[in-house]
Amino acid sequence: MFQLLNTVLIGITAGSIYSLMAIAMVLVWRSTRVVNFAQAGMALLSTYFGYEIIHMSGSYWLALPIAMLAGAAVAAAIELIFMRLLLKHSSQGAIASIAPIIATLGLLGLIKSIIGYFWGNQDVTIDSPFSNVGFTLGSHTLALSPMKLFILLAVVFLTLVLSLIFQKTNLGLALRASAYSPEISRLAGIKVDLVRTFGWSLAGAAGGAAGMLQTANGNGTLSPDSLEFSLLLAFGFIAAVIGGLDSLIGAVLGALLLGLVLAFVLTYVGGSLVFITAFVLLLVVLLIRPGGIISQKAGRRA
Amino acid sequence: MSLVIESLTVEHGAIRAVNNVSFSVKKGELAALIGANGAGKTTLLRTLSGLNKASHGKAHWLDTNLLHAKPEQLVRHGVSHVSEGKSVIPELTVEENLEIGALWRRNKKEMSQSKALILELFPRLGERLLQRADTLSGGERQMLALGRSLMSKPELLLLDEPSLGLAPLVVEQIFQSIRELTKTMGITVLLVEQNAMGALKIADVGIVLNLGAVAISGTASSLIADPAVRAAYLGY
Repeated sequence: MFQLLNTVLIGITAGSIYSLMAIAMVLVWRSTRVVNFAQAGMALLSTYFGYEIIHMSGSYWLALPIAMLAGAAVAAAIELIFMRLLLKHSSQGAIASIAPIIATLGLLGLIKSIIGYFWGNQDVTIDSPFSNVGFTLGSHTLALSPMKLFILLAVVFLTLVLSLIFQKTNLGLALRASAYSPEISRLAGIKVDLVRTFGWSLAGAAGGAAGMLQTANGNGTLSPDSLEFSLLLAFGFIAAVIGGLDSLIGAVLGALLLGLVLAFVLTYVGGSLVFITAFVLLLVVLLIRPGGIISQKAGRRA
Repeated sequence: MSLVIESLTVEHGAIRAVNNVSFSVKKGELAALIGANGAGKTTLLRTLSGLNKASHGKAHWLDTNLLHAKPEQLVRHGVSHVSEGKSVIPELTVEENLEIGALWRRNKKEMSQSKALILELFPRLGERLLQRADTLSGGERQMLALGRSLMSKPELLLLDEPSLGLAPLVVEQIFQSIRELTKTMGITVLLVEQNAMGALKIADVGIVLNLGAVAISGTASSLIADPAVRAAYLGY
């Protein structure tokens, strides 16, 4: 019974971090129809900025928002300087569908190299702001530590803020309209290019938060070739696809589902099957419901 | 003259979709631009609203040069284009479709004033404010597209085939609404239509486009009376 509870807790915490990454993928996909594999690099770079702030001020609480702002700035710069030009120059023919993907893979490599150049390839460490030791219930230790509880609350808070922006503000309306129909949005007077840059920067901020939370949740180490960030990218991407790539709610549900399934496999089947399960799940969803687990009509609301 | 087009040419690769077209429309007039399929009507309209690039020529609305601006900028100068088909965003609600037309004004009060005015004009939309636009009938969608355009308080309205795919009775209603708009709000309209007779009946002036060039132009009544126009475009 306790093992079951702990498995669920592990699944939800892991899933909540994946969901931030999945949200970042969805935001970029919705604003520019690009699957952004550079997202992991952007998140990593943001986390390095966070590391610098912690190094200087000693405060994780200052570092977290600054890492998010840095993520937003990096993403906006990439969209403005590079992607906009790329999409303009390769908007037609066979290259149109493949160029952005190759470009984001290239960017991923570039960002990692830049990090290696400035910070070196050795691990740097971030201290968790909260204890990673689980709460105890009688003689049992729960798989829920103060740090994990904070992660859950932070992810719920950020997701709520994003949903409110999307559903209740004029900016959110402009973001949705531009995603669904750029041409009609332009004719209605919306500055679609600007809105797209903003979509990227929201994604960058979400990625920055994911990076900072993931690092504090794990063993606190960062390196340009961080396995944790590669996993974050892979699982965030799989979660976004499970959710249909177009829907924020879908991304969150996909991430929680993925987190739970992987936690159960880890506990009850064996750690060596975790990756196989993740990719099999991706393929099964693509085969059975290529549009994602939630139906198109309901899915496209958020 | 308020809308002035001089020697406008638009090329798609080797094809001249619009060839040396000149005409002008007075402020407050409703002008019908008619012609067969492929005559260049839609291309011309898309060029005037900044969606397509012109190759040569000039086009001005009052002091605004229409050829070197993006659509989102032209909206701020009072030029609004309702593109072909039902120009609404299906995934958004009726209310959201209206609101996107006024986001750029950044003025909540003006936005709700415009909305009230449009709902008075098209009460059917008021009953469906919170429904998704893809639940509307064809006629309602066309009303919504017009409504969205009016939310940006246009002075020049570019309408592309508002009658497309609508039942005859509904076409009649839409045309009457367009006529009303120009009369009550003083909006200048350039109306592109395949339904030449319907368009000329409500228009002040007509321009006939053939193979990308102006074939005939004049008052709407003179075009209706012209035997050549009747034979070629009005079907009797």
